[in-house]
Amino acid sequence: MKATHPVITSLATMTMGFLYLPLFGVAIYSVNSAEKSLLWEGFTFNWYLQLFENEWIIQTAWNTLKLALVSTVIATILGTLVAIGINRFPWSRKANAFLDVLLHIPVVTPDIIMAGALVVAFGALRAFSDVFEPGMVNMIIGHITFQIAFVALVVRSRLASIGHDVEEAARDLFASNWYVMRRIMLPLMLPGVVAGAMLAFTLSLDDFVLSFFTSGPDSQTLPLYIYAAVRKGVTPEIHALSTLVVLITVVLVVGAERLGRKKEI
Amino acid sequence: MGKKLIIWHGDLTSRRALIQRGLTFLSGGMLWLMLFLVIPSLVLVALSFASRGSYGEVIWNFTVENYERLMGFSAFGWTPDYLYILGRSVVVAFLTTLISVILAFPLSFFIASRPPRTRYLWLTLVIVPFWTNMVIRAYAWFLILAPELPFAKLAATLGLVPEGAALYPSVFAVYLGMVSMFLPFVVLPLYSSVERLDWSLVEAAQDLYSSRSRVFFKAILPQTMPGLSVGVVLTFVPAMGTFVVPDLLGGAKYMLVGNLIQQQFGASRDWPFGAAVSMALMVLTMISLQLYRRRGEEIELL
Repeated sequence: MKATHPVITSLATMTMGFLYLPLFGVAIYSVNSAEKSLLWEGFTFNWYLQLFENEWIIQTAWNTLKLALVSTVIATILGTLVAIGINRFPWSRKANAFLDVLLHIPVVTPDIIMAGALVVAFGALRAFSDVFEPGMVNMIIGHITFQIAFVALVVRSRLASIGHDVEEAARDLFASNWYVMRRIMLPLMLPGVVAGAMLAFTLSLDDFVLSFFTSGPDSQTLPLYIYAAVRKGVTPEIHALSTLVVLITVVLVVGAERLGRKKEI
Repeated sequence: MGKKLIIWHGDLTSRRALIQRGLTFLSGGMLWLMLFLVIPSLVLVALSFASRGSYGEVIWNFTVENYERLMGFSAFGWTPDYLYILGRSVVVAFLTTLISVILAFPLSFFIASRPPRTRYLWLTLVIVPFWTNMVIRAYAWFLILAPELPFAKLAATLGLVPEGAALYPSVFAVYLGMVSMFLPFVVLPLYSSVERLDWSLVEAAQDLYSSRSRVFFKAILPQTMPGLSVGVVLTFVPAMGTFVVPDLLGGAKYMLVGNLIQQQFGASRDWPFGAAVSMALMVLTMISLQLYRRRGEEIELL
């Protein structure tokens, strides 16, 4: 590879600094003992300790995790089945085009429109059942709706790269449908399924808009909590909470990357 | 012989059995998407032609008054307020995408030129903000732009803002927030293209005495188009509909279409008008993407 021009190097470094400046700022202020001012007054872990004593925040964190886990499991199952259904059967060109458009809708629709549509849908469904009152169930349904498409797209591209050769070989050796699915397809596409699930999980943790539109009083998540708190003014507790969330993100990203690299070898 | 047998990748079966099996796989996800994506979207379209009752309920009469209102026509004459918001959203999304692309090029070339071991480190450094929650990143700017910090003080010394004022809410803060929000969305796909760049083409152009800009536009840019296109779509679409960043950093005066929609579905409880604004946002997004695609093809053809 060619040596990089110093201008490119300095521009790149500045851009990285620009991305990280705010995150580092928050991290530094999360251990500053000054409560009201932004002047440095000394190191403290107090704000973190206060977080763990705040039951409301613990509840909120638990909600965030529950939402991400439940929606990811359901979306991964449904999305994987859809991907198999699309990739492994002789659909006509029209049917394929239709499925393709359907899966890309959540990708090219601004999430605020999906959120608006879901508000309306849940409003109508409320006439039939109390389940659709704003709250956790609605949030889970909303998250699954955009997650399915992403999981299906990831798994489908994995299926396409596997091809049909192994499957044909298995069938020539009299493997049943069930056997082909369980012992051939599933192990081969597992990396794609895991990647799709991780994508879905992070999308859920990352989401603010859909949760904001569909949440109820008892189903606040961390992003919603932080958003509400910021509007009242910044506090060291929120610095600490944000820093924790960023650190968890780092762990998840590094973990996912490790997992991905092992698979490649 | 009723059924015609076919062989589908080694499987001796009939077309009907195959279709049935395929539909079984598809049914769950498709049903879900129909119920919670397609039908709600269609209802949203219909809703944009309904009107709001005095208690925020929906009255199903066919009317285009929501669209008239969006265009600025009301009982009191014509005001371009909503049109301004729509136009501003397009401009903000466009400039955010443009600035992100300009910044993403040096960064992806820089990362691609690192030795393999540190390359992963740099990539991870881009992925972390990519996956960090938007609210947190917007809020982090809140802190950085606070009046007590050097940035606001510097601006005050230069006479850009009054002494002791924060740098938010402002247009500048919105752009700062938006670009930092969406930059990783461009860098990651662009990098995947830069990594696979065929340098011999670049060298050939250089050997033939192309100017630097010609080398970039004729030898590098076309090769990075696949990744760049993904990055542009990933940035432009959410940037059009964003409401967290303008809400936190832009203040009430700098409203974007996302804030307008949020207001209608939230505080104002005017679903029909919210639906009409959503339709406008969808149409604007589609038109912009279509324009971009056409330009993109031109670039590739050149």
